Amino acid sequence: MRDTLTAPVISAKNLSLTFQTNDGPVHALKDVSLDIGKGEFVSFIGPSGCGKTTLLRVIADLEQPTEGTLTVNGMSPEAARKARAYGYVFQAAGLYPWRTIAGNVKLPLEIMGFSRSEQEARVERVLELVELSGFARKFPWQLSGGMQQRASIARALAFDADILLMDEPFGALDEIVRDRLNEQLLELWARTEKTIGFVTHSIPEAVYLSTKIVVMSPRPGRITDIIDSPLPRERPLELRDSPEFIEIAHRVREGLRAGHLDD
Amino acid sequence: MRNLIPVLMVTATLIALWYAAVVPMNAQWAQDQARRAGQDLGFAALISETMTQQRPRLPAPHQVMAELWNSTVVEEMTGRRGVMNTGSLSNRSLVYHGWVTLSATLLGFAIGSALGVALAVGIVHNRAMDASVMPWAIASQTIPILAIAPMIIVVLNAIGITGLIPKAIISTYLSFFPVVVGMVKGLRAPDHMQLDLMRTYSANGVQVFGKLRWPSSMPYLFASLKVAIAAALVGAIVAELPTGAVAGLGARLLSGSYYGQTVQIWSALFAAAILAASMVALIGVIQRATLKRMGMAA
Repeated sequence: MRDTLTAPVISAKNLSLTFQTNDGPVHALKDVSLDIGKGEFVSFIGPSGCGKTTLLRVIADLEQPTEGTLTVNGMSPEAARKARAYGYVFQAAGLYPWRTIAGNVKLPLEIMGFSRSEQEARVERVLELVELSGFARKFPWQLSGGMQQRASIARALAFDADILLMDEPFGALDEIVRDRLNEQLLELWARTEKTIGFVTHSIPEAVYLSTKIVVMSPRPGRITDIIDSPLPRERPLELRDSPEFIEIAHRVREGLRAGHLDD
Repeated sequence: MRNLIPVLMVTATLIALWYAAVVPMNAQWAQDQARRAGQDLGFAALISETMTQQRPRLPAPHQVMAELWNSTVVEEMTGRRGVMNTGSLSNRSLVYHGWVTLSATLLGFAIGSALGVALAVGIVHNRAMDASVMPWAIASQTIPILAIAPMIIVVLNAIGITGLIPKAIISTYLSFFPVVVGMVKGLRAPDHMQLDLMRTYSANGVQVFGKLRWPSSMPYLFASLKVAIAAALVGAIVAELPTGAVAGLGARLLSGSYYGQTVQIWSALFAAAILAASMVALIGVIQRATLKRMGMAA
């Protein structure tokens, strides 16, 4: 396995995060330990409140853990964020309505101080990568939801971060669009060799996309199972009807159910 | 066209109500005059009498319109002191008085908007200002402008500032407030996700402001500016009232009320209303052009 040979890109040890609320402390994460290797596609799956989004946000330095250690690219999450180690894709595309698609993709490049010609070149390249080349001059409202989300992925890819963190990026889209985007995401992953952290609540999506599936459960948010997928990296959509696929999906479902038994 | 019909209907109704009110309002005087002359007024004569008085309690719409026309176009084109004869605006024309008020309004509006935006930026970015400025801004608006305007004028007069500036300051006083309120809301319009996105880019405060908060606030800015410019006009007119100003729409209103020139008062009121409507419409045009260029046209 390639990921065991090199140092992990993301490494969490006994990570806990407790929010203090008026109703007492909420344990969003408890004792989470996880290593993610370079080039892995890791899905976080679990019911709402299991801390999967919180874990992604902690990795992105958008939340601070209360206990435990976390390194991203061997650095603290804050240093990694400042070193622009990751691109983040939110559940909503969140494109700026006053910018064109190209303008939106350019946003991080402007902030990070890329030269004008470099900006143009990168915008062109990543829009091609997400198959939106013809839409550079359109405004977001002129695009469908799926296209908007692809533009937001292009935006996250534009500055060449090695890590892509995606928080239920296709959650608001319908099944057909989602299938197509999943396929495209796998192609993109194969071409760019990024390390991807992907939050989802869809079992087929998690199994179809991932090399590693992290099953989580709520109260307190914790990891109940980590499944290394035996599926090949090349994955046609038909793979989802194969016995291996169904077996992994079954194991994920069992993991989710086990998490719920203590409720 | 479909929008025009309801507007015309409402206008026609208002004019009809106005005419209907003119008769009872002015009837007493008309009948007194007739009695003194030993005449007896018929119904038709009474109605016509109520519409043609020099100093009616309530002038008829056509009298106001005629006065508006005479004190603008006619006065300037053919009047002895008009612009055609003297090269400068007549001090009897509403164009002149309107301009006097407008210049103070625009200066006050410019200062007020800038101040409002500056305060909003401070409130959004500074915790101490967030806690301290807004209550004062609200308190400032609870003081009747009529009470504070003479004091501002007198104080500024005492230190040698007269003319345009004191009036503009009172306009500022009224117009900064809607801009503060609107822009605080506008600059806070970006949601958590959009702010988190900027954080993932490690964007600094200036970048978050310039690339996210400021563009997000544009619709709010224009909405506030429309309220602010109307308020600025009110401020300028009010500033002209307590000071014995000899020029400006406020001065026209005041002298009209001294001499019982109701037609003059009403025409000055209409001039003010037309001025306000034109300025609001102008901001609306700029708003549409700006938002369209930003791809946010509704």
